[in-house]
Amino acid sequence: MEREEAVKHMTDVMAKFVAFTGKRLPDDVRAKIEELAQQEEEPLAKAIYKTMERNQELAVKLNRPSCQDTGALQFFIKCGTEFPYMAELPELLRQAVVQATKDAPLRHNAVETFDEYNTGKNVAKNIPSLFWDIAPGRDDCEIYTYMAGGGCSLPGHAKVLMPGEGYEGVTKFVLDVMTSYGLNACPPLLVGVGIGTSVEVAALQSKKALMRRIGSHNPNPKAAKMERLLEDGINAIGLGPQGLRGKNSVLGVNIENSARHPSVIGVAVNVGCWSHRRGHIVFNKELNYTIDSHSEVDF
Amino acid sequence: MAKKVLTTPISAEDLEDIHVGDVIYLTGKLTTCRDVAHRRVIEEGRKLPVDIRDGAILHAGPIIRQRGEGDYEMVTVGPTTSMRMEKFEEAFIKETGVRLIIGKGGMGEGTMRGRRDNKALHCVFPAGCAVVAATCVEKILSANWKDLGMPETLWTCQVKEFGPLIVSIDTHGRNLFEENKVIFNERKEKVFQEIASQVGFIK
Repeated sequence: MEREEAVKHMTDVMAKFVAFTGKRLPDDVRAKIEELAQQEEEPLAKAIYKTMERNQELAVKLNRPSCQDTGALQFFIKCGTEFPYMAELPELLRQAVVQATKDAPLRHNAVETFDEYNTGKNVAKNIPSLFWDIAPGRDDCEIYTYMAGGGCSLPGHAKVLMPGEGYEGVTKFVLDVMTSYGLNACPPLLVGVGIGTSVEVAALQSKKALMRRIGSHNPNPKAAKMERLLEDGINAIGLGPQGLRGKNSVLGVNIENSARHPSVIGVAVNVGCWSHRRGHIVFNKELNYTIDSHSEVDF
Repeated sequence: MAKKVLTTPISAEDLEDIHVGDVIYLTGKLTTCRDVAHRRVIEEGRKLPVDIRDGAILHAGPIIRQRGEGDYEMVTVGPTTSMRMEKFEEAFIKETGVRLIIGKGGMGEGTMRGRRDNKALHCVFPAGCAVVAATCVEKILSANWKDLGMPETLWTCQVKEFGPLIVSIDTHGRNLFEENKVIFNERKEKVFQEIASQVGFIK
């Protein structure tokens, strides 16, 4: 493949994949929603889950984005240093978003700050957002796509705690976000918690936690224990679908952590709504790709 | 149980027998109206270019496909977080005479007062179910304040049995989300104690 042709191919695949993720939820999210729906007994909660199910069927049938808020696009990239198209990625992903916006179609969600106008294309200053990890020696490129909607972005909180507040303080911080902002953010939620030193470290990890599969656990046994405690605890609060009460509240709780300065515990919470539009695609150096977030891909 | 359908124009009497937790539907005219439109009416003192007296608004920013000049198709439309409009809503209800506000999540004290004093409802459409909502839209009748971009334009739609709409604030002074919050906060205290006793990792 000529270089120009290769870049066009990757742009095209990314545009189609982004549009596709707006229409069909990833396998883990679909399975979990089905599981939670079956546990409900109250008529209101059951009726809401039924409407959600019908909506997802209609989205596929009518080939439309399942939620009107197709978000500001974010890409979490793990790029091998030997991946041949690394230099082209920023422009290529931007073009893919423009294309998906037209084809899907996606809602226009990029507003330039200070000048305060909607660009109408879903690209603007640092939108789409690109978050890079470099994988030394690897020649492939892994990309998580995420539609950061307004509703699920609004509860985002970060704070630096004093060590005296401990993990008990972390617990309180997370629970407070759930009962203040969380209930309006389209539960059942996927809750991402980041722990580190300063706010930006914690915040980035809280979002990366949302890229992890539902049901996966942090490799540290204590962190994994805290994931389970928070999941059971937030479920016991019983936010239910749409915050209108029910048996559960969350799709899961994922914690990502890094070490901390001895004087601080930085903590952040990010949530994904029930319509958690996350995709995962891996390109090899020949630009053949595999998608493991969705089993039924048809584009 | 018969399906409760409100039809615009809506009178104060139409809302008397409706209580929080009820499920209703809307037929008639529905206009999308959100952040900047509220700000323009209340802070800038501008007149809303659509008459919504005895009518309904939807806190939403849809995806629209333009088929030709002035000819639009509703692709998806679902509610956005209503709490963002709380700051303006009491004055907005008084100013516009709107009877039904549809959105997502709860609203606060001001809106509750506005609804009780001016006889209006707040309802929740299950958020994220934007294709279901779009299929209840028969036609887009007009588009105003298009300078605000696709999400914030006032799209006035002809809708048929738009719903399910879950009543979250009624005209009798009840607020479902605020009542739920009290329950959630009580449970949270208990949950916190349980978790806190098991996460003393700093020793």
